[in-house]
Amino acid sequence: MQGREILFIVLSLVACFAGLGVVLAKHPIKSALSLVVNMFSIAFLYFTLEANMLGITQIMVYVGAIMVLFLFVVMLLNIGSDRSGMKILDLKLVPAILIALLMFSLISFQVLYPLFGMQYPVADEGFGSPEAIGKSLFSQYVLPFEVASVLLLVGIVGAILLARRKA
Amino acid sequence: MLEEFISNLHPVLAIFVRIICFSGIAIMFVPIQVWWERRLLGWMQDRVGPNRVGPFGLLQPVADAIKLFLKEDHVPSGVDKFIYYLAPILAFLPAFALGGTMPWAPAEGLYGLLTPVADINIGVLYVLAISSLGSYGVVLAGYAGNNKYSLLGGLRASAQLISYELAMTVSLAAIILVTGSLRMSEVVSYQTGPLWGIFPYIQNWNLLTPTGLVAGVIFFICAIAETNRAPFDLPEAESELIGGYHTEYSSFKFGLFFLSEYAARFVFSGVFATIFLGGYNMLPVRWDILAVDFPGWSEWFYFMHSANYWLSPVAFIAKCFLGFTVFVWVRATLPRLRYDQLMSIGWKSLLPAAVANFIVVAVWIMVTNLYGMIAGYASLVVSAIILLVLYLNIKAVGFNESTSTKRRIKMAKFNLKENEESN
Repeated sequence: MQGREILFIVLSLVACFAGLGVVLAKHPIKSALSLVVNMFSIAFLYFTLEANMLGITQIMVYVGAIMVLFLFVVMLLNIGSDRSGMKILDLKLVPAILIALLMFSLISFQVLYPLFGMQYPVADEGFGSPEAIGKSLFSQYVLPFEVASVLLLVGIVGAILLARRKA
Repeated sequence: MLEEFISNLHPVLAIFVRIICFSGIAIMFVPIQVWWERRLLGWMQDRVGPNRVGPFGLLQPVADAIKLFLKEDHVPSGVDKFIYYLAPILAFLPAFALGGTMPWAPAEGLYGLLTPVADINIGVLYVLAISSLGSYGVVLAGYAGNNKYSLLGGLRASAQLISYELAMTVSLAAIILVTGSLRMSEVVSYQTGPLWGIFPYIQNWNLLTPTGLVAGVIFFICAIAETNRAPFDLPEAESELIGGYHTEYSSFKFGLFFLSEYAARFVFSGVFATIFLGGYNMLPVRWDILAVDFPGWSEWFYFMHSANYWLSPVAFIAKCFLGFTVFVWVRATLPRLRYDQLMSIGWKSLLPAAVANFIVVAVWIMVTNLYGMIAGYASLVVSAIILLVLYLNIKAVGFNESTSTKRRIKMAKFNLKENEESN
């Protein structure tokens, strides 16, 4: 096995376990921290694929901004651990597991099937560099990009409106 | 000799050498910084400062460290153990990781093998990403303490870091536009060009350009806020919150917080020096161009050119210390902000200023590309006038009027006549 493959296996295992931790952790802070670990390991997976820009954006946006906000809110509301708990034997569990399995197989079919028989993918030189991403954002994908920025603006205006109404 | 040895090392070992070269120096300078801060603060506040342990009190940090390690390591009851132990580590790591893309010497010859740790094409973004991770240690420490004061400190810290990160990012974006690259080494090499494209013998340090000056001031204020320094040290405001987020930490764990704060200041000063102060260059003078243009003095200029190369680590550390000195100076001068003032400075002053600076830089570059350099500088002047008029108009309308009460503390005036007039 190559070093890259070992690295991939380790990182993806960490990501999977952290993802499980998000769902299974009793305490909301620990759940949020597992999500941080998950996003970090996914960012490192991007780094191993030479997609530095994508990886660092993942860390900057999700780990650095959004998850800090999550933690902030959890701490502000001072939510304790979930003591009520879920009963192990519950009739609702059967359809829940069925639907989860269905979703999982659907997604994995969509994602994994085209990858079947593929060797370790190697991107072209300069693929995913800041210049390349900037160029495609402002030429090929300029409309979705601008629409997204308008959406953000709407969000900001809405937030200001809500804050003003209270005062 | 040394060059051959390092270049023949296994790549992983070579990277370890680079990491030790950077973080070892950063950690070794912490005691010197502590001493320098206390002595300088003492001088600025008209007192002596530590002067008993060793010559000029130089061994005081060593004595402090020994005292810190020998203290009882007390873990309060009812804390979340895992997070309690994790928080100091999370506070410690980003402070050093921040310098991962920072070159402290030119990438030629021996220094090229030692620095930077990784010259990736997203170096500036890396700095922003890692500096945003610094809030985790503080937030989790505040939470894990199981103490309302430390929780309040942690909440304050996270709100402050999120607010000031925005202005910092936008101020750096303006510099990235000018430089045209996210690579730290290219940001430095851009600054060795002629000043404003006009003066051939002076280097174009970003702090010497008008837009770079605005961005630099904003970046520095944000750096003070990101490292929880006075006047932005609300997360550990001792008059309100005891010790803030590290109230419940003692001994070595408190020491880790202390160490990481000082290291973060040092490294942030280094980032400031790299992006705004010409990096590792000693003086803003282009010695090689001077040597070509004035052949009579060329020997001396070439000597200075090579001195600039060999002394670049010294110049870089000197710049870091300059930045740190300004940190101390600001702390000695300004009283702590009130919380609403902190937020209004971040959101209502720094962020709009940074965004305006960004737009001005974009217009300047576009006009320069279309109509030449002189038109570009004319556009800078025009946009400065437009911004000034806008600012005055907004003030006249009273749009900026804040509902909160104004600060009642005033600086002491030393001019007696002025005092009498105002009374």
